[in-house]
Parts: sequence; structure tokens; C-alpha cells
Amino acid sequence: MNFKESIPYKLIITGAAIGLLLLLIWISLFTGIKDISFASLFSDKEQALFFIISRIPRTLALLFVGAGLSLAGFVFQHLSQNKFVSPTTAGTLEAAKMGILFSIIFIPEVPLMMKMSFAMLFTFLASLLFIGFISKVNIKNTIYIPLVGLMFGNILSAISTFFAYKHGIVQNTQEWMLGDFSSVLQGQYETVFLILPAVVLIYFYADRITIAGLGPSFAKNLGLPYYSIVYMGLFIIALVVSSSVVTVGAIPFIGLIVPNLLSLIYGDNLRRTLPIIAYTGASFLLFCDILSRLLVYPFEVPIGMTVGIIGGILFLVLILRRKK
Amino acid sequence: MRTSLKLSLLLASLVGIIALFLLFEIDLSQDYMIHKRSIRLASMLVVGVSVGFSSLVFQTLSQNRILTPAIMGYESIFILFQTVIVFIYGDKTFQVITEQNNFFYAVLLMMGFSLLMYLFMFRRSKLGMLYLLLSGIVMGTLFQTFSQFMQILIDPNEFTVIQNFMFVSFSKMNTKLLSIASITLLATLIYASFYIKYLDVIALGRDHAINLGLNYQGLVRRFMLVISLLVSVSTALVGPITFLGILVCNLTYELFPNRKHPAMLTVCCLISCLCLVAGQFLIEHIFQFSTTVSIVINFIGGLYFLYLLWSTRKKIT
Amino acid sequence: MVDSQKDYLTFQDIHKHYGEKIVLNAISAEIAHGKITSLIGPNGAGKSTLLAILSRLLKQDGGKVSFFDKNIGSYKGQDLAKKLAILRQSNHLDLKLTVEDLVSFGRFPYSQGRLSSEDKEAVQNAIRFTELESLADAYLDELSGGQRQRAFISMIIAQDTDYILLDEPLNNLDMKHSVHVMKTLRRLVDELGKTVILVIHEINFAAQYSDFIIALKNGEIVQHDKTNQIIQSNVLRDIFEIDFDIIDRNDKLICNYFNL
Repeated sequence: MNFKESIPYKLIITGAAIGLLLLLIWISLFTGIKDISFASLFSDKEQALFFIISRIPRTLALLFVGAGLSLAGFVFQHLSQNKFVSPTTAGTLEAAKMGILFSIIFIPEVPLMMKMSFAMLFTFLASLLFIGFISKVNIKNTIYIPLVGLMFGNILSAISTFFAYKHGIVQNTQEWMLGDFSSVLQGQYETVFLILPAVVLIYFYADRITIAGLGPSFAKNLGLPYYSIVYMGLFIIALVVSSSVVTVGAIPFIGLIVPNLLSLIYGDNLRRTLPIIAYTGASFLLFCDILSRLLVYPFEVPIGMTVGIIGGILFLVLILRRKK
Repeated sequence: MRTSLKLSLLLASLVGIIALFLLFEIDLSQDYMIHKRSIRLASMLVVGVSVGFSSLVFQTLSQNRILTPAIMGYESIFILFQTVIVFIYGDKTFQVITEQNNFFYAVLLMMGFSLLMYLFMFRRSKLGMLYLLLSGIVMGTLFQTFSQFMQILIDPNEFTVIQNFMFVSFSKMNTKLLSIASITLLATLIYASFYIKYLDVIALGRDHAINLGLNYQGLVRRFMLVISLLVSVSTALVGPITFLGILVCNLTYELFPNRKHPAMLTVCCLISCLCLVAGQFLIEHIFQFSTTVSIVINFIGGLYFLYLLWSTRKKIT
Repeated sequence: MVDSQKDYLTFQDIHKHYGEKIVLNAISAEIAHGKITSLIGPNGAGKSTLLAILSRLLKQDGGKVSFFDKNIGSYKGQDLAKKLAILRQSNHLDLKLTVEDLVSFGRFPYSQGRLSSEDKEAVQNAIRFTELESLADAYLDELSGGQRQRAFISMIIAQDTDYILLDEPLNNLDMKHSVHVMKTLRRLVDELGKTVILVIHEINFAAQYSDFIIALKNGEIVQHDKTNQIIQSNVLRDIFEIDFDIIDRNDKLICNYFNL
């Protein structure tokens, strides 16, 4: 048997991976302008309170959003049968933004949860439109579809701008488009937990989603209702994307690069790669957040920008590499 | 027969809307009004022709109906440039940098960017056109992210300065810039006119064009130069109107399905001018300047694009 | 026990049109049980459409398909997937799955994703049947077109259905692999008692390997008979509108139409 498949090797790798994640969590919990040490948590009440109100929610939100968006991207790639489709390249983020904008303009008084449902509705409809388009279009060129998706996103944001300008909130809308975890506080971030049921759903639908990724006639041949799987998948995507946009703003590219890079190593069988994707997405986002906090310390770069730059460059590398 | 009828109708409506634009509710004793309006009109025609021409050529080169050169990073680099200036100088921006200098630097930046893109892409073996496009869009997104970041930090009062650059407005036209832009446009069009005859063949695709003996790579480079000049100048002149290009090109295909480029280019430029003038007229007299022409055109263009996506039976290639 | 003399897959008055164009015009036939039936005919005759309708991938505009005395539309998807399998052309895919993963999906109708030891056995048998053992852990996108096609056929075998429908399974295959696939199908019928229906373009493969041939032309069935009855120069000329020379060698009919 190959050493790589032996049990001790797997144990070492898994142990190292968990260790790394714990280390990142630790750094995330104890990095910031306010100097908090582990020991003072028990002695200093004020510090402990700050820790609970700000640091823990922030780290939890990072973990959930990172894992959720990566998985959502993976599901989207299966449903669209295209490697380069993700919430960033299918207009999904812009649709969520549009939903929030409309809820602010038309029903400004409702609580956050209601705004999120609005965002979710828009996200779901936009993904549905996009998937519907892909299934009809006869050009299956891998690059062409994300191009359409990016254009689609631009259009949605043009329509949003039309309304934002009218109501004089162009500058505010920019904020949702740039993910930022610095304002995550206890009492305002709980919407992010909605990612949890989405992940559970992905887990139960893992095989079905992989099969749907092989196409409608393939799924039907195996006796599966292809379209119900697609709707379920889009629902999951909408849930993850809208809850993360509402809570922390848009985090671009993560749903694109994490699944793509992992697929090169581990393949595309969702049941097998699900934990790896969730793990990598969470660690990657934690890492980017720590970077954003330390880069221009004591100030903070919005994580949307850090991820946007790292992700954008990796995406370019991916498409250029693919051509070879 | 029918084509020429449509063409004359189009011309007539353009002349009509121009007359309306110049003369609507005008007091003839105040000829400075007419003067101001004709300057606005001239700038719209310059922008209209630039956008119409560059978008159609671009769509032919890239063999698709849904893209416009503006999306490929030009506009986001323009916005980024303006954001950086305002970010640094705040409300003193206009004292530090004159409108002319701003124009030149913006054009230089956009041209430089496109040059770098092409050099980079063409050096990397013969990557397909689509890769170039996707890379351009992704770069555009990166610039956009930078701009968004700075725009959040900027004081809300100063933000209005950027907002003026983000949304096209023909109201504050600088005549000197206008004449520079017109001369550039004219020179570019004369240069391009030598190569228009090849466009019908290029439309068949790279392989067919090479088979028919065209220097495909060379022609693409030349047209790309033309496109980047036109887009840079029109963007620096009035700001970004992303979706005008898509809108007018597709209207052209719809109205004049005859795919001969000289005719299509003319029609596309006419439609483009018509859209701008009509849009601006509506903004001035119906909306009372409550919104801007680029926002309205992007809105309509966006909806039209959605319609295009939805009715894919009309192939989007 | 299934009565091998009876025909279980039949269709009556199947009608299908795309807009104005009539693709299938009220056609009816019975598919012989436990045999290989080839669908032949010129381009655009409606072969693939018929196959898609027979396998419930496409809804007909009129007529009915019955399968074991029941309307095919009244089956639950999962139940039908245990009785009838369909493989269409262009299984172009962008997914990084191993051959074994793919073949395992053939057991999905039985296992819903949790493979029992019986399922695992079936997967291994299918891989062995198609001689893909050495490639079991290879990713599909690393395989050649022929190997990938065999992997899909392997999945269909793992699905273990009585009826197997294939749309141009020889597409993209070289001669060696074409022969290999056809021999595999023959073994499925002869050794395991399956029924195979396939759309096929090369008339000689139909002539060598099938028991029955259905010839379609302009949306109608123009011939439906035992292979030897169809492989005759006058019959084939009527179908394809070119000349055929039938060579009889050791009781095997070979068609020469290449340069007459």
C-alpha cells in the first residue's frame, strides 16, 4: 500500500490540519487593537466581556462564512456544470445587494431578518435566471459562461445604482459590496448561523448534487428528479450568500478558488471533499482576516479587499493555467 | 429597399431629436442658450460615435453580443484614478489638478493599461480572445475593489465629487477638451476606415480569416488600438456609460440584420447618438436632472440585456 | 419470471414535433425482449428523439410508451432506474471524478448513496466486465475518449437494468474500442439476458451485432425486421439513398457502400 494512503499518514495530516485551524482561531481571537491575553480573560471582567461581545462572534462568523461560501461555490459549479461559476461570477452577490437595497428603500423599518429574506429571494431568483440561461444556451464554452455571469452581475448593480442614486445612498451601498468583519458584534451577527442548516443540507444532498453535476439526462437515468435537486441547490446557495452578505458584506472569489484548487487535488466527489472544502474555506478566510488586521495595524483593511485581491489573482492564474 | 427606408427613418428621427434638443422651450433672444446646448450636443455626438463604433468592432472581434470594451477595466481604472485624486486632495481637487490635466492623465492611464494587457496576453502564447476578456473583467473587478475601499473612507461631502465622475453628465462641458476629443475621434476613424473592409471576414472567426489570407493577429492589434483610443477618450471626456455599447449594438443587429460592416457601423453610430440625445433630452426636461443619462441608459441597457439572456432562442453569439 | 417470448417495451402512435417540424410521425413498434435492436437511418430521421422518449428523458406530444404493461410515465423515477438505463451522447463533463466514483453512481437507485457490500460487488463486477480495473482510480478527465465511454458503459452495467438504451455509443471510439464495446453489449445480452437498444451510424456494426433493426426515415419507421432481412442492397438503398453491395462471408453480412 502506498504510504500516502496508510492510516498513520492520514492521521498526521488530519492532526496537522486541525492544529493549523486551532492556531488560526487562537490568533484571530487574540489579535486586535485592544490587547487581550488569555490569562486576563479570567481576571479582567471588562476584557472578558469585550472578548465575548466582539472577538468570539467575529471568529465564529469568519468560520461560518468561509466554509459556507466555499461550499456554496462548489454546489454552484456542479449545478451549472461549469468550473468557473460561483456567487462572484454569476451575479449572486449583486443580487443579494440589490435585495438589501430594495428592502432599505421600500421597507426600511423591518428587522435584519426580514431584510435577509428579501436578499435571499433576490439571490434565489437571480441564480435561477442564470441557471436557466446556462441550460438553454448552446455554447458550453467554459470561459463564456462566467463572462456572461460577470456581465449579469454588472447589470444587476447598474439597476441597483439607478435606485441608490435616486435615494442618495450610493456611498452606503458600496459598503455592502466590500465584506468587513470589524463590525461583527454579539447581537448583530446571528444571521450568519443560518449557514449551518445550509451546510447540513449540502451534506445530505452531497451525492445527489454530484450526480446533478453530470447533467440532467444522467440524473434522470438514475431515477433522480434533476430539477428538484437544482432548486434545492439554488436555495442552499441563496441561503448562504444572502446571510453572509447581510451580516458581513460581499466576500468575492472565495467560492471560486477554494473548490477549484481543492478539486485539482481531491477531485469532485462532494461526499468525499465536503469536509476538506469547508475546512479550507474557513481557514483561508481566517487567514485573510488576520492579514487584513495586521497589514496596516492599528487600522484595518476590509477583508473584502484582501480576499478580492488574493482571490482575483488566483482566479487569473487558474484560468491561464487551464488553457495549457 | 426596406433597409434604405429604415435608414432614412433613423436619420430623420436623429435630426428631429437634435432639433428638439436645441430648440425646445427656447427663448430666441438668448442665443447663449443655443450655444450652450450645441456644445452639449457636440459632446454627445462625439461620445455616441465613439461608443457605437468601438463597441460594434469589439463585438465583431470577440464574436459575441453581450460584451462591451468599456467593461474590460477601462472604466474601473478611470474611477479608481478619480477616487485616488479625491482621496488625496479632498475638496481641493479642482485647485490642484486642472480639468485638462485630469483628462490627459486619465487617457494616458487607460491607454497604458490596455497596452499592458495586450502585451501581457499576447506574450503568453496565443491565448484565446475570451481569456483576454475574462482577465480584463477580473482586473476591472480588482480596481473596483480598491475604489470601493477608498470611497468608503472618503468624507461624504467629498464623495459627491467622485459621484460626478462616476455618472456621466454632459452639463459641464469644457470646449477645449471637446475639440481635442473630436480631433482624436476624427483621426482614429480615418485610420480605421482603411481596415473596415476586413471586418466582414474577421466576423467569420479567426480560423476562417486566416484561411482567407488575412493577417488576423495584425488586424486585431490595429482594431484594439482603435478601440482603446475611442473608449479612453470618451470615458475621460464624460465618464463611464457601460451598457450603451451593448444596447446600441444589439439594436443594430435587430433593426439591420444585414451583416455588412460599413452599413452596420454607420447605423450603430446613429443609434448611439440618438439614444444619448434622446436620453439627455428626457433627463433635462422630464426628470429635471433628478438622475443622469448614464444611469438611465445603464438601467435600460441592463434590462435589455436581461431580456437578451432570457430569450436565448435568439442566439447570443 | 419474465417470459422471454413477450415484448415488454412497446410504443404506439408516438408523435413529436419541434415547432412546425414533425420529428416523429405516429410511429409504433415492439422491442424484442432479450435481444439487441439497432436504430438506423439518415441524419435527422428521429432516432435519438425516439430513444429519448423511450427512456422518459423527453416527453412525446402524442402516443404512449408502455414498459412491462405500465405507462412509462407512471413509474417512479427511482423504480424505473432499476429497470431501464439510458446513455446519451456527449457525456462531456468537467468534473474530476474517478472511474470508480462514476461506476458507483450506477448503484444510486438501489443504495441512495450508501453502498452496501452487494453494491460494492456489483461495481467491481461492472469494472471487470469492461476491463477497466487498472483505471479504477484514474480521474475521468485524464482518460481518452474511448476509455471514458467505457467508464460510462460500466456505470450502466453497474446499474444492472434489464433494458439498456444507448445513443451512438461508438462515437469517438477507434475501431478496436468500437468492437470491444459491441462485444460487451453482445455479452450482456447473451450471458445476462439483457435487452439492448442502440442508435448506431455505422451500418456494419448494426449488421454484425444486432438481432433486430429498426430503420427510421423522416420521422417514420420504414423497416423493422430481423437483421438479415434488412441488410439487403435494395432495402438499404431505399433507406439511405445510396447503393449497397452486400458481401456474404461465412454467414456474416458485410455492407460495402464506400465507393460504388
